[in-house]
Amino acid sequence: MAIKIDEIKLTLNDYKTDVHNDWCPGCGDFGILQSVQMALFELRVPRHKAVIFSGIGCSGKTPHFVNVYGIHTLHGRALPFAIGARLANPELNVIIVGGDGDGLGIGVGHFVSSGRRNVNLTYIVYNNAVYGLTKGQASPTLKLGMKTKSLPKPNINDAVNPIALALVSGYTFIARGYSYDVKHLKEIIKKAILHKGLSFIDVLQPCPTYNDINTKDWYMGKDRVDPKTGKPMPRIYKLEEEGYDPYVYNLDDGELEKKWIQVIEKSLEWGDRIPVGIFYVNEMTSSYEERIRDVISDYFENPPVKQRISTDGGLSNVNLERMLAEFSTRLG
Amino acid sequence: MKIDQLSWMIGGPQGSGVDSGANIFSRAVAYGGLYVYGKREYHSNIKGEHSNYVVRVDSKPVLSHLDEIDFLVTFDPETLFRHIHKVVSGGVLIYDVNQENISIDKIPTIDKAANKRIKAFLSERGVGFSVGDVVNYAKQNGILTYGVSYSKLLEELAERLNNPQIARMDVMINVMAVAISLALLQYDFKFVQEAIKYVFKAKKKVADLNIESARFVYEYVLKNFVQTNYKLEAVDRNDDYILIQGYQASALGKIAGGCRFQTYYPITPASDESVYLEDNAVFDLVDGEGKGSIVVVQTEDEISAITMAIGAGLAGVRASTATSGPGFSLMAEGLGWAGMNEVPVVVTLYQRGGPSTGLPTRHSQEDLLFAVHTGHGEFPRIVYASGDIEEIFYDVVKTFNYAERYQLPVIHLIDKAMANAIMTVKKFDISKIVIDRGDLVESFNDGVYKRFKFTETGISPRARLGVENAVFWNTGDEHDEFGHITEDHEVRTMMVDKRMKKLEVALNEIPNDDKAVIYGDEDAEYVVLSWGSTKGAILEAMEKLKGDGYKLKFIQVKLLHPFPRDLVIDMLGSSKYLIDVEQNKMGQFGMILKREILRDIDYYVLKYNGRPMSLSEVYLALKLILDKKANKIQVLNHGD
Repeated sequence: MAIKIDEIKLTLNDYKTDVHNDWCPGCGDFGILQSVQMALFELRVPRHKAVIFSGIGCSGKTPHFVNVYGIHTLHGRALPFAIGARLANPELNVIIVGGDGDGLGIGVGHFVSSGRRNVNLTYIVYNNAVYGLTKGQASPTLKLGMKTKSLPKPNINDAVNPIALALVSGYTFIARGYSYDVKHLKEIIKKAILHKGLSFIDVLQPCPTYNDINTKDWYMGKDRVDPKTGKPMPRIYKLEEEGYDPYVYNLDDGELEKKWIQVIEKSLEWGDRIPVGIFYVNEMTSSYEERIRDVISDYFENPPVKQRISTDGGLSNVNLERMLAEFSTRLG
Repeated sequence: MKIDQLSWMIGGPQGSGVDSGANIFSRAVAYGGLYVYGKREYHSNIKGEHSNYVVRVDSKPVLSHLDEIDFLVTFDPETLFRHIHKVVSGGVLIYDVNQENISIDKIPTIDKAANKRIKAFLSERGVGFSVGDVVNYAKQNGILTYGVSYSKLLEELAERLNNPQIARMDVMINVMAVAISLALLQYDFKFVQEAIKYVFKAKKKVADLNIESARFVYEYVLKNFVQTNYKLEAVDRNDDYILIQGYQASALGKIAGGCRFQTYYPITPASDESVYLEDNAVFDLVDGEGKGSIVVVQTEDEISAITMAIGAGLAGVRASTATSGPGFSLMAEGLGWAGMNEVPVVVTLYQRGGPSTGLPTRHSQEDLLFAVHTGHGEFPRIVYASGDIEEIFYDVVKTFNYAERYQLPVIHLIDKAMANAIMTVKKFDISKIVIDRGDLVESFNDGVYKRFKFTETGISPRARLGVENAVFWNTGDEHDEFGHITEDHEVRTMMVDKRMKKLEVALNEIPNDDKAVIYGDEDAEYVVLSWGSTKGAILEAMEKLKGDGYKLKFIQVKLLHPFPRDLVIDMLGSSKYLIDVEQNKMGQFGMILKREILRDIDYYVLKYNGRPMSLSEVYLALKLILDKKANKIQVLNHGD
């Protein structure tokens, strides 16, 4: 008899594989991996209903460490792969993970275009400002003029603003997490999974090997001590702790515009104060799946994956008569 | 009097209704039980550049076009200048008398090269450069010329229908021109009326007005014009036929063959197929099964198109994308990933002239070697080529069956000639459509699932995403049976062997009839070898050569990769002379042939000017070879 997943008691360990993890010791990726595993576990997403797509780079290996369907795709292309799977089977919980170079460099076209679609997916970008696996070149999120230790010269490109780009591209859930705050990040991921539409989570993820600027100590403000308390003043702060309201409640009365401006303002904060938390949630905008349903009315009940394509005898089950009549050369 | 045998051309600026005119003509003729083959030529342009449509009509099936034109239907001077030299003596020219004074130099859309060529042609014959000069030249050469004043016809029609607006309705001139030609052919008006209704079915008022106008033109022609040497008579035909274009056949094949997910990025000439699918996203299933549907996604680029289709393939859905050369170039990396991860996906590749943007709206067969070798590294793929519009429909289903059975990408080679040609073919018989999904795992309770399990055939049971107990991993990195990354040297060898083994299995399992087809005289010393849309012109040329007393056979190879070497060698039998016919410069198919059958090619008939081979030129080229007068390489260059 088949074992029904929901009949057995799931543990966090069920979401882990025994594949050796070869990330550098102290890598920020570990925190993200843990957060993803915990989010899936806490939401009790059945293992076979979850798929993690990844791109290329250190982050690309993530799926191999999570015991759900794991698809390690091409550099920059995880989004379209994931969209194809999700539209074919809208019952799948689809998470995409990738690096900043993957999503905002080579894959930036898909990053923007996916926003226009708003497919129900959760996209997590590991943002460490360097290309780690190829030995530390500047990534699209490294600021202009910065010189990390593996760069021969200071960065000659300016950085893209992932939060603002996600907003103007049409993402309907936009957040930022910090990889060493697993508890906080895990909650964001859970909300993103439950969100209807395309979610984007920018995760600040120090690369201990190649980025000697945006380090764990830097984020925690170890370089700047409060003269009064003698304690470090962390750069990271949580939006929700400052009464920030990310939700769009309606699309009229200039509400959307106000929220957009608010997100842009917050997205510009960097240096002394770096916000994490949820920047923007908009469930008013239709998802791509809903837009498909407007054309194919039974899309959710009868998506591509559920459609029979042959008779019991293995022949086509399509009746082409009506379509062929269009081309008939017989009159009347 | 030539009855039911005609090569008819209409031309005009793009946007002036050349297409709808040709559609009305083709459909009217097909309604009368006649066979039609229509070839469309157009520029990469929206409005103004020259386009033309050649329609060949016969009472027996027609598979290709002719260079010679019996009826040249014009309403602009450019068409006249460009095509008059092809009109046969005894043929017909319809032109606008109001344009008689227009000189070729006043037509900016005749570019410098064409202007120079046409002038040289006219000068050599002592002909001036105006429409009137050319019409006189036509008359002297035995062409019956019918000068019409379209504006006067419109004025008279306006008067008759008591609607002064009609006098300015230039948009109706195309249908008038078509009606003149059909009236001259003494063709039954009822078919014309039905064809107009069909073409303008979305706009009843437009249809009604055009029918009135056509009726008026019919009367005018009967009253004013002398008879031609041609006549079209309707025939009775019992079987059901359809008049269809290649892209429509491909789209219908996808629906019938179970494709439920299609992606595309707009590109000529491939996007017509996807747009047709979008327009017909919901379709009927057999009784009791309700409706089926296909999700069509217009992507941001072709990288997204291929990878999205692969994603849907992973989810267990038959998925495909349709593109042309430039788009296919972008798909190379995605195709390799599908090969590496053994994901079924079909790429419908509508070839056009390359390289780079090349000739966006013109025909070629330049992508064969690219299709066989796309991508870095070594991975299995199947490359399959259809030879005509009817084949396309049935072949599409095979490509999906191969993709799923052997778990690999399949490239279905079509081309611009077939995509935009219109042809009467036997109504597609869906009862012949067999769906083979291969070893697809819908449920799994048998221990630990290994997506890339080593098997004798190299084919592992394929779970789709979402199957309980069958969680798996994929990666573009080399991987183990589970799909996890490995760089182990032994596993590497085994995995490469596993993947490539599937091609051997495919080659063994695919029936011979689906690999290559032999036509003509099996004992012939001369054998034509070809692939794709050259089939029609070759078959008709062979028929004609047979009538001349020549012996010839033709092997059409459909499965181009993996190459059916043994079958082709067997089919060659004792043939002495190999003739490679294809539409590229390098003789790409010939290169594959040489490599596989280890024989040299004796003759090449090649064409790469962006226009499909005609029956006329293939006949002449093959005749030269059979008469032992041909050079090793003949380059055909007829164009329009």
